[in-house]
Amino acid sequence: MAAELSVSVWRGGEDGRYETYSVPRRESQTVLDVVTFVQRNIDPTLSYRFACRVGVCGSCAMTVNGKPRWTCRTHVSKVAGGGRLEIGPLENLPVIKDLATDMQPFFEKWQQAKGVFAPSKTRYDDIEQIPPSSPERRAADAAIECINCGVCYAACDTVRWNKDYFGPAALNRAWTLVNDARDAGNAERLQAVSENGGCHSCHSHQSCQELCPQTLNPTASIAGLKRRTLAAYLKGEIKG
Amino acid sequence: MNIRLYLWQRGTAALLAPLVLVHIAVIFYATRQGLSAADVLSRTHDSIVWASYYALFVAAVSIHASIGLRNILAEWSPLTPRAADWFAIMFGVLLAMLGARAIYAVVLA
Repeated sequence: MAAELSVSVWRGGEDGRYETYSVPRRESQTVLDVVTFVQRNIDPTLSYRFACRVGVCGSCAMTVNGKPRWTCRTHVSKVAGGGRLEIGPLENLPVIKDLATDMQPFFEKWQQAKGVFAPSKTRYDDIEQIPPSSPERRAADAAIECINCGVCYAACDTVRWNKDYFGPAALNRAWTLVNDARDAGNAERLQAVSENGGCHSCHSHQSCQELCPQTLNPTASIAGLKRRTLAAYLKGEIKG
Repeated sequence: MNIRLYLWQRGTAALLAPLVLVHIAVIFYATRQGLSAADVLSRTHDSIVWASYYALFVAAVSIHASIGLRNILAEWSPLTPRAADWFAIMFGVLLAMLGARAIYAVVLA
């Protein structure tokens, strides 16, 4: 193991540039450890975002050697070929400064895809009984552990090419709600994901599935949405 | 892409899969049997079956290809979505006209 890492870090806004720092190499070092070292020991003006440091909050995603990663759970030994790291902000999102991106477009698209639970009962109604083995519950289970990190959104070619496309995370969220027996918003949701920017824009490149740190498969969720919306369209439940 | 275009594109793709296989089989048959152009035309002339078959083929190709081209233009070119729509429609009409001309030549002319 080399004693030092050569680390290029994006500095500035959209028109910024990479600056290179030398960081001591350590055992079990994560990419977030490297960024934190630069900020605490070399340049305190470096801006980046993190919170939990244990892979729960989804705040610390960055582009590491060309691929979006959750940096707190990405070990340097896994990604730093030749002792070099290039760390940039997530792609497909506006850069605020250095490694911090503006996540607003990402979350606005969750709203557009009707990724908000629409309750169908009040507190006075009985609790919905959902068998864990039901197909709907299993489909929701397979997609539900998203931590909103934005890795899939940054990895997606369709997001890069089509600014209206909702992206994998928003559509994956919509799919979990489509399979939620308690939700009352599916008519609007299926309509929303069937319009321009919705699930039918997905090219199934599967970069989201390859890079999702939670090993979810948004491409499969989007395929589920395509099937469900097609059935609804043919029955006349949604408009074209 | 919305669900209406998606349905048309996937529907025409499903239609084209068997049509293309038969088309390729016919090409192999014609070349392996050593059929001349006159032999082919004698079989296709005044044939409602071949006219219908290739009319369906041309219609499916025109719809399928123009929707695909629209997506490529919308995602990869600087055209506005509306301009991409018009360009794709014109392309589809051009394919349909060329196809109709070919059908006319082998069935009616």
